[in-house]
Amino acid sequence: MIHSLFLINSSGDIFLEKHWKSVVSRSVCDYFFEAQERATEAENVPPVIPTPHHYLLSVYRHKIFFVAVIQTEVPPLFVIEFLHRVVDTFQVTNVGTSFLLDSCPVIDAIIDKSGSTITAEIQGVIDACVKLTGMPDLTLSFMNPRLLDDVSFHPCVRFKRWESERILSFIPPDGNFRLLSYHVSAQNLVAIPVYVKHNISFRDSSSLGRFEITVGPKQTMGKTIEGVIVTSQMPKGVLNMSLTPSQGTHTFDPVTKMLSWDVGKINPQKLPSLKGTMSLQAGASKPDENPTINLQFKIQQLAISGLKVNRLDMYGEKYKPFKGIKYMTKAGKFQVRT
Amino acid sequence: MSSNSFAYNEQSGGGEATELGQEATSTISPSGAFGLFSSDLKKNEDLKQMLESTKDSAKLDAMKRIVGMIAKGKNASELFPAVVKNVASKNIEIKKLVYVYLVRYAEEQQDLALLSISTFQRALKDPNQLIRASALRVLSSIRVPIIVPIMMLAIKEASADLSPYVRKNAAHAIQKLYSLDPEQKEMLIEVIEKLLKDKSTLVAGSVVMAFEEVCPDRIDLIHKNYRKLCNLLVDVEEWGQVVIIHMLTRYARTQFVSPWKEDDGLEDNEKNFYESDDEQKEKTDQRKKPYTMDPDHRLLIRNTKPLLQSRNAAVVMAVAQLYWHISPKSEVGIISKSLVRLLRSNREVQYIVLQNIATMSIQRKGMFEPYLKSFYVRSTDPTMIKTLKLEILTNLANEANISTLLREFQTYVKSQDKQFAAATIQTIGRCATNISEVTDTCLNGLVCLLSNRDEIVVAESVVVIKKLLQMQPAQHGEIIKHMAKLLDSITVPVARASILWLIGENCERVPKIAPDVLRKMAKSFTSEDDLVKLQILNLGAKLYLTNSRQTKLLTQYILNLGKYDQNYDIRDRTRFIRQLIVPNEKSGALSKYAKKIFLAQKPAPLLESPFKVDRDHFQLGTLSHTLNTKATGYLELSNWPEVAPDPSVRNVEVIELAKEWTPAGKAKKENPAKKFYSESEEEEDSSDSSSDSESESGSASGEQDEGDSSDDSSEESSSEHGSDSESASEVGDKRTAKRNSKSKGKSADSSSEEESSSDSESESESESESESRKVTKEKEKKKTKQDRNPLTKDVSLLDLDDFNPVSTPVALPTPALSPSLIADLEGLNLSTSSSVISVNTPVFVPVKTHVLLHRMSGRGLAAHYFFPRQPCIFGDKMVSVQITLNNTTDRKIENIHIGGKKLPMGMQMHVFNPIESLEPEGSITVSMGIDFCDSTQTASFQLCTKDDCFNVNIQPPVGELLLPVAMSEKDFKKEQGMLTGMNETSTVIIAAPQNFTPSVILQKVVNVANVGVVPSGQDNIHRFAAKTVHSGSLMLVTVELKEGSTAQLIINTERTVIGSVLLRELKPVLSQG
Repeated sequence: MIHSLFLINSSGDIFLEKHWKSVVSRSVCDYFFEAQERATEAENVPPVIPTPHHYLLSVYRHKIFFVAVIQTEVPPLFVIEFLHRVVDTFQVTNVGTSFLLDSCPVIDAIIDKSGSTITAEIQGVIDACVKLTGMPDLTLSFMNPRLLDDVSFHPCVRFKRWESERILSFIPPDGNFRLLSYHVSAQNLVAIPVYVKHNISFRDSSSLGRFEITVGPKQTMGKTIEGVIVTSQMPKGVLNMSLTPSQGTHTFDPVTKMLSWDVGKINPQKLPSLKGTMSLQAGASKPDENPTINLQFKIQQLAISGLKVNRLDMYGEKYKPFKGIKYMTKAGKFQVRT
Repeated sequence: MSSNSFAYNEQSGGGEATELGQEATSTISPSGAFGLFSSDLKKNEDLKQMLESTKDSAKLDAMKRIVGMIAKGKNASELFPAVVKNVASKNIEIKKLVYVYLVRYAEEQQDLALLSISTFQRALKDPNQLIRASALRVLSSIRVPIIVPIMMLAIKEASADLSPYVRKNAAHAIQKLYSLDPEQKEMLIEVIEKLLKDKSTLVAGSVVMAFEEVCPDRIDLIHKNYRKLCNLLVDVEEWGQVVIIHMLTRYARTQFVSPWKEDDGLEDNEKNFYESDDEQKEKTDQRKKPYTMDPDHRLLIRNTKPLLQSRNAAVVMAVAQLYWHISPKSEVGIISKSLVRLLRSNREVQYIVLQNIATMSIQRKGMFEPYLKSFYVRSTDPTMIKTLKLEILTNLANEANISTLLREFQTYVKSQDKQFAAATIQTIGRCATNISEVTDTCLNGLVCLLSNRDEIVVAESVVVIKKLLQMQPAQHGEIIKHMAKLLDSITVPVARASILWLIGENCERVPKIAPDVLRKMAKSFTSEDDLVKLQILNLGAKLYLTNSRQTKLLTQYILNLGKYDQNYDIRDRTRFIRQLIVPNEKSGALSKYAKKIFLAQKPAPLLESPFKVDRDHFQLGTLSHTLNTKATGYLELSNWPEVAPDPSVRNVEVIELAKEWTPAGKAKKENPAKKFYSESEEEEDSSDSSSDSESESGSASGEQDEGDSSDDSSEESSSEHGSDSESASEVGDKRTAKRNSKSKGKSADSSSEEESSSDSESESESESESESRKVTKEKEKKKTKQDRNPLTKDVSLLDLDDFNPVSTPVALPTPALSPSLIADLEGLNLSTSSSVISVNTPVFVPVKTHVLLHRMSGRGLAAHYFFPRQPCIFGDKMVSVQITLNNTTDRKIENIHIGGKKLPMGMQMHVFNPIESLEPEGSITVSMGIDFCDSTQTASFQLCTKDDCFNVNIQPPVGELLLPVAMSEKDFKKEQGMLTGMNETSTVIIAAPQNFTPSVILQKVVNVANVGVVPSGQDNIHRFAAKTVHSGSLMLVTVELKEGSTAQLIINTERTVIGSVLLRELKPVLSQG
């Protein structure tokens, strides 16, 4: 299947190679570098590159390209998934001495100019950190398993039991692993926890544009929104921005035109805002599109998916484990079009 | 430190995954060493010294640095002698690193590498399975041709190892050896064959992988393991699952017939998908048989379904492609959700999945339409993802969602990613052509974009508008004028060229503007792009031909400019045009047609996505599909076979079973139509029960005669009646003497029998024989079920095969003979079961037939049915019905089959296989089974021929809803005692005394109802027992003779309704003279 593997860092050095069959010269990576050059950006490098004698399948993680060399037909996902798994193994860390669950629903949304939701969906994962001696047999039940529209499990989960009783029954491996990932059906209305008020305007005549955004909470069930980061790719015509945040820090990179505002917590009494002007290239016409605003945030102790663990029982071992679950809602790909 | 990860924890993971994980970890961790280390030779000296050291820690350090060098791609080959000495190290960490080194350099230093071989050979015998496995792994990774025989031997031994982990590694080694020396193929196939039989889930994935690499064409090796693989699949590790699923997909396409009813099994069924219903109907009609899915086919589809929930994207994709390629069209839908789930994964996974979805959505929009919004583009998506999403959105666009989509597209057009915006415009163009309702809306939208500030957007719009206008040029003079104005501002060559071409084509619609455009272009000609120059020349030529008064000079000026252009294409075109349009002496006949040539109606271009290039020829999920070219080693997915190859090749254990029931086994192998007869006769001669069966069959034939006579010819019967009644009476009062009386009956028969005797008898005997075999087999089946034997499925498969002969036409049987043999065989088989209710042979089978379809109303097709009183072979709740079809016309009647059925609730019917044709004067008998649900309701259905359909009904007499039961008098009384009160109905019968002789009563009762005779200790009481076919409820009939020509008729049953119906039917029969 995989003939050889090359690891290439962001400056284009092959810093690790591994060959399973005969040795393939690293010059095969030249084809990859060519493709990389054409793609201009790392993420645009095609994952599958044919060369005269080989096929290069790559994944890009942590600014490193993992390039697998293939000689014959193989399901590409087989290789890609495998490479991702390799990357995951490099990062294995072992913490904790008990059974801890992290339930992280992630909300993806596209909000349009007027503030209405174009698409929103919630997907989530429950990660487990297990440090239990012996062969504990665990069952975990949910308060509302019906919410789960589409699930995929760690192989330790007994699928039949889930099918019949909607209970997760499993003997966990040690360490950190993803117990399940799920999707909440689109039929359930997704409560959007934040809103962004924006007023971004360019004027044809002037070389100055106005920029103002305010972020506020919405349907958070009283929980605080924290870790808010606003990023936006400004149009090319913007030379610089002079902005004042009501809280947090902001940066604007005049080369990449990337605006980033680290807001921190949102205080509902005093909504954070970022105001100021943009200086535009003199003489250039105004950009047709306003920039899209990307939002990141976290909400502790809120399971926006509504998925709650009911109970966890352990069989097969005598001792009482320390059990814990943490809920945290996060923003995934959360975009506001302006 | 890396040493921890080297602990032998690898049983848990799949071989290769951990192999990589560990080795890579080991090489990466001492990263500190990388930077310090230089390729300085002196440092190598230092390493050599460390390797010579007596301390393991120094050796380990050295090895780590050396492996680090290898990982960085630096040459460490000169250390080979120093390293190879350590191969026998006791320290497992050092040993592992030496292995890593050897695998890398053995090929270069073959002679030295041989020194280490004996170490591996020893390790192959190590008691620790992990050491055995890793020795095999390294041995097979050392690419030294001279050790091929050693590798071969090691693989063979390892394939028989007790540890499945070692066997798994043997499977991995097969691939490596094969790539080193393809000559070993035959021997390796033997090992693969052996390992395929392995029942361990650990081995399954690896051996299939080896199979795919070494001998993917040897599909015959899979047959016997097919079911096992299907059943193991869920428990195989995930990488193995992917390989097995892909292999089984190919397998299924060669072994099963197409489950896609609507088309003829071609893979690229795009056209078929859009085919009109009529055509599809025709095709289905052409099919001879209704499609039934092979149970093995179903097994695969069913067992892969849970894997859609896998966390591994490759597994999900593999299942998805399996469903796409082999499941019935109606079931493919379930994969959409899982594929959409994968879209939340990494960019690379998204890319592959979206590609596959794109191919699927071209053929089947409906599958992904509910997930339309999942394909909305985010500004952060990489360009390739954006393009694919756009492609899918276009495929999914229809009248219902196009307005939503167009709104979404508007956002994309404004995107800062201008390439993406351009692609969106193309997409809008495609939607406009595909969905005629929105063509105008799209066109207007695109025209608006013409005033966009971005040139790329405008240019792309122009190109798309040009294509759209070409389809319906007449109406859009305004747009063309608008575009003509754009020429002043727009600079993108493609767009300018498009506008010029458009004006040239429509020059007669814009007579004022066109010459002016040409004037402007003449001015700027020299500074234009080549592409634009060519179009200026074209425009000039077209105007010259239509409006030479205004443009003659202009065109000549342009042609002169073109004549001296630097580009030879333009010079060439100029010369060509001049010769064609400007009349002179030399110009040939062509110039007369110049106008026709230039202003010919051009076909409108097809706006197709650049993506859609027959990608669907490739199996989904493969590398070839992604690349859209055949990758090395791609295995073609074959078309469905017309006729399924023999499914029995997959039977595994059945063979052993078949040996046990020799007759069935034999009969199965042989041609059932002919050999049956001779064989059954032989058997009867040899079998122990021969005397029994013969005598009994004799008596039965006697009884049949009796039935015949009573029904048909009453005069004839008189002569026989004596003997019959004699035998019957003996049955009546002395059941124990049965055998004698029967044989007597036979002798009486044979004397009185006529010409029909021998032939018909042998035939019917054979018939009964085959029938009885079925019964025995069914019994066998039940037995095996009771034994909790997992092989029941196989057995039933085998039975299905055997059922085929039943539907083959046989001459009108004389069924009266048949039951006796069954009785015998049943008697043998049922000896173990002590149940009170055991189905007995019918005492009597009336040959009375009922008209199903009269020949007058059936346009020459006549049909009769009768109840053979056999246990139905199609289902134990069914009553078997035999239908005799006669063709009374002088032409063939073709395709006789059962059409629409109108059955009351719960009623079921097993129809006979369609009869291809029935010759004139021909007659054919077929069997059916109907589950009447213990009611006398009518089963209505249509009897159809190629040309006609006739509505027919079967209403069963209540007596045919029963099966006779054998029970003792004691049991009878006991059961009767439990069925009193409401469950008992009775009536008094008055008749002449001669009607109350035992034989007459017996005859009358069994004629009406299919009941069994219960031996009675009293002369004046006659008892009969039966059970209902559907529910199996007992039906007990008692006729008690009273003084003075009266009798009491009592019926005890839970099914009081049929009980009372039966009572009503019996009463007049018994009282009749």
